[in-house]
Amino acid sequence: MKWEFSNDAPIYAQLITQIKVGIVSGVFPPGERLPSVRDLATEAGVNPNTMQRALTELERDGLVYSQRTAGRFVTEDAAMIEAVKRSLAEGHIRAFLDAMGRLGYQREEILSLLRQEESKEETIHASLGM
Amino acid sequence: MPVLECKGLTKRYGSVQALSNVDLTVEPGRIVGLLGPNGSGKTTFIKLANGLLTPSAGTLTVCGVQPGKESRAAVSYLPERTAIPTWMSAQQLLDFYGDFYQDFRRDAAEEMLEHLGIQPRQRIKQMSKGTREKVQLIMVMSRAAKLYLLDEPIGGVDPATRDYILSTIIGNYDPEASVIISTHLISDVEKVLDEVIFIDRGQVVLQSSVDEIREEKGMSVDALFREVFRC
Repeated sequence: MKWEFSNDAPIYAQLITQIKVGIVSGVFPPGERLPSVRDLATEAGVNPNTMQRALTELERDGLVYSQRTAGRFVTEDAAMIEAVKRSLAEGHIRAFLDAMGRLGYQREEILSLLRQEESKEETIHASLGM
Repeated sequence: MPVLECKGLTKRYGSVQALSNVDLTVEPGRIVGLLGPNGSGKTTFIKLANGLLTPSAGTLTVCGVQPGKESRAAVSYLPERTAIPTWMSAQQLLDFYGDFYQDFRRDAAEEMLEHLGIQPRQRIKQMSKGTREKVQLIMVMSRAAKLYLLDEPIGGVDPATRDYILSTIIGNYDPEASVIISTHLISDVEKVLDEVIFIDRGQVVLQSSVDEIREEKGMSVDALFREVFRC
């Protein structure tokens, strides 16, 4: 998994988002054991206490759970994972709409641009025989 | 008990005030960045903490005792300049550390050296600057110390070596021990730190957690540092 950090938000909050993406995208599959805090921290290149904090918050939300001796596991609750996926998608859409708004686009124009972009991609795929 | 505590810590070199009236506490399990421009007092602070210098005024304790024989057993120090004897081989260096420090984890050091592809017979002299820095850091982090004092561990090495050094620090994290890293290369280290201490002309101007700064100011520690120390 590739970890990336921006400069404008707390690191623990960015870790939460990236672990959520990992869970939604199947890098951390439902019911699977997560790597240890130390291993995750080393992989992400972050402070172990910061990683611990992110995992504690994910645990509080129920997305991961601890088993006293065995470690931390990803939830098996598919509906919960789906809800997280939806909320991450909504975040992306809000950021996109904000950016388009700053460029001066209205909602209708944005939708029509999206449709154009989609048909462009379809044409490319068709021409490549995909 | 805090790993390091100082009250009114002051150091003068003749008429020059290198540190004045520093109060700070470092709790166990913390990785702390000691950040300040050149000449701000970082190295003086580190040398006071490991007993290479004595305070002009004020007090400093490591695990409750004043720097001395007892505290030295608890402190692992990486000096700013490479200080390992260059005529030694990696093997001899391991023996040397094993003789000097009861808390030296030889297995851990051997494993890390092997991971770097360093042969036991290879001499320090034959190693590149980056490799020497890595070897010295491995020695320092292989002690089961209570306080690690790292003076500019990532200065003057390439970005890949920097990553290696930082991941070695994370990989050896011990919740009972603390690490103090002095540097001015903030963007490289800030993700690794719990908290930062800004030091300017011998005085502590800020002690805060990295995520508190990011949360409250909406900017990275690096950006805040540039703002505070604008020339």
